[in-house]
Amino acid sequence: MNLKRVGNQTVVFANPPVILSSYSVVGPMEAQGPLGKTFDKVWPDNINGEKSWEIAESKLLQEAMQGAIDQAGVPNDQIDFMLAGDLLNQIISSNFAARKLGLPFIGLYGACSTMALGMAVGSMLIDGGFARHVLVGVSSHHDTAERQYRLPTEQGGQRSLSAQWTVTGAGAVILGQSGAGPRIPAVTLGRVLDYGETDAGNMGAAMAPAIADTILNHLQDLQRQPTDYNLIASGDLGSVGANLTREVMQRSGTPLGPEYTDCGLLVYDQKQDVHAGGSGCGCSAVVFAGSIMQRLKAGELKRVLLIGSGALHSPTSSLQGESIPGIGHAVVIEA
Amino acid sequence: MPNQNLRPPTIAVTPKDYQDLAKKLTPKPTIVRNSFWAFMVGGTICALGQVIINLFAAAGLGRQEASTAATALMILLGALLTGIGVYDEIGKYAGAGSIVPVTGFANSIVSPALEFKREGYVLGVGARLFTVAGPVLVFGITTSIVVGMVYYLWH
Repeated sequence: MNLKRVGNQTVVFANPPVILSSYSVVGPMEAQGPLGKTFDKVWPDNINGEKSWEIAESKLLQEAMQGAIDQAGVPNDQIDFMLAGDLLNQIISSNFAARKLGLPFIGLYGACSTMALGMAVGSMLIDGGFARHVLVGVSSHHDTAERQYRLPTEQGGQRSLSAQWTVTGAGAVILGQSGAGPRIPAVTLGRVLDYGETDAGNMGAAMAPAIADTILNHLQDLQRQPTDYNLIASGDLGSVGANLTREVMQRSGTPLGPEYTDCGLLVYDQKQDVHAGGSGCGCSAVVFAGSIMQRLKAGELKRVLLIGSGALHSPTSSLQGESIPGIGHAVVIEA
Repeated sequence: MPNQNLRPPTIAVTPKDYQDLAKKLTPKPTIVRNSFWAFMVGGTICALGQVIINLFAAAGLGRQEASTAATALMILLGALLTGIGVYDEIGKYAGAGSIVPVTGFANSIVSPALEFKREGYVLGVGARLFTVAGPVLVFGITTSIVVGMVYYLWH
């Protein structure tokens, strides 16, 4: 059997899966950001008439997934797996969306890296011959995240300058064996690294080592340079984490140039008072499903490396003083 | 020492160096600006409280009663501003200036009440009403007991 594993952590596909469609749904604040016009659907407010924040988040995910299905024009009986994840306890947004969509469901948890993780696992399912089409989607919601990880939404406190703003939004893609669209030739699954950051208000700093580790291994596994990519985008490191990633990469002998950016820096404007930038599963998902996919299709980008970044802590572990483990999953996308 | 189980390559930074780097690249809180706004907003809330006390006193209440009535009114105001979604916006700029006065205490009670109402009145609102204010009550009451005992023994 021809092994598709290359180097330390990378999988190179024999028949690169195709991204047949992508769909993004966001809240009003994301729509007011610099990428506002790239999203497929915008909610008028963060709850959109649902009875709770959690149900609203699940609805976001469901709409993004249904949007991707409709856009790809693939009948439901040809979608063999639905891969989804979110930040809520027991990934209820995904579970409830799966209850509605009725597809064979694999729930994933990679914290905010889940979109890249889902695209990586989905691609392996397709290239491995286990599926014809795979639906991948993730969501996050500012208010569900606040109440689960931090404080009641109406509590009047101050956020630290390194804190990030959870994106209210969901993104989804349909992966297939063949057809028109950008392809996924390789993925690099990350390792969990913990360099001792304990501040849950500084998650960029907690995740940066894992992101740099994944980029280093990816480049070595495929014998590439950062400049082989038009865009290297981490998921949600924000300004602090992105600066740390640059610095760590520099010190590790592989400096990143202007091709490197972070979805958390792209999704909001500085004026929107989000401090260090956007975060959440939805952050990289809506930036990828919207802006990056459109630029790939327009031929503006030829080869992209998307590195989903996840902080693998819980409110309980943080209260108990544990440091925050980070992870990064990289997906190559070629036009 | 980085994790020895990681197959090379991995980042060429030790956890100690990384923590120093992270400290250097993390923006520091704007203490002067925060203090200024805390002072201004906190002072305004307290001045408003004083005006209300004076008004109650002028209306014929005794000093103690005027104080109590004013506190009740300030709590109502804090709760109302929380309910209509304004108090957290004030808190964003004022920080301690809007947390420390009694209006902040109202905010710390009303915000969980709003937040957890969807989980029901007993296990939602009832059980989680003091998630923010709980520690203040526990340590405030404990301190008052200790101070009371010291006072009692002293005299």
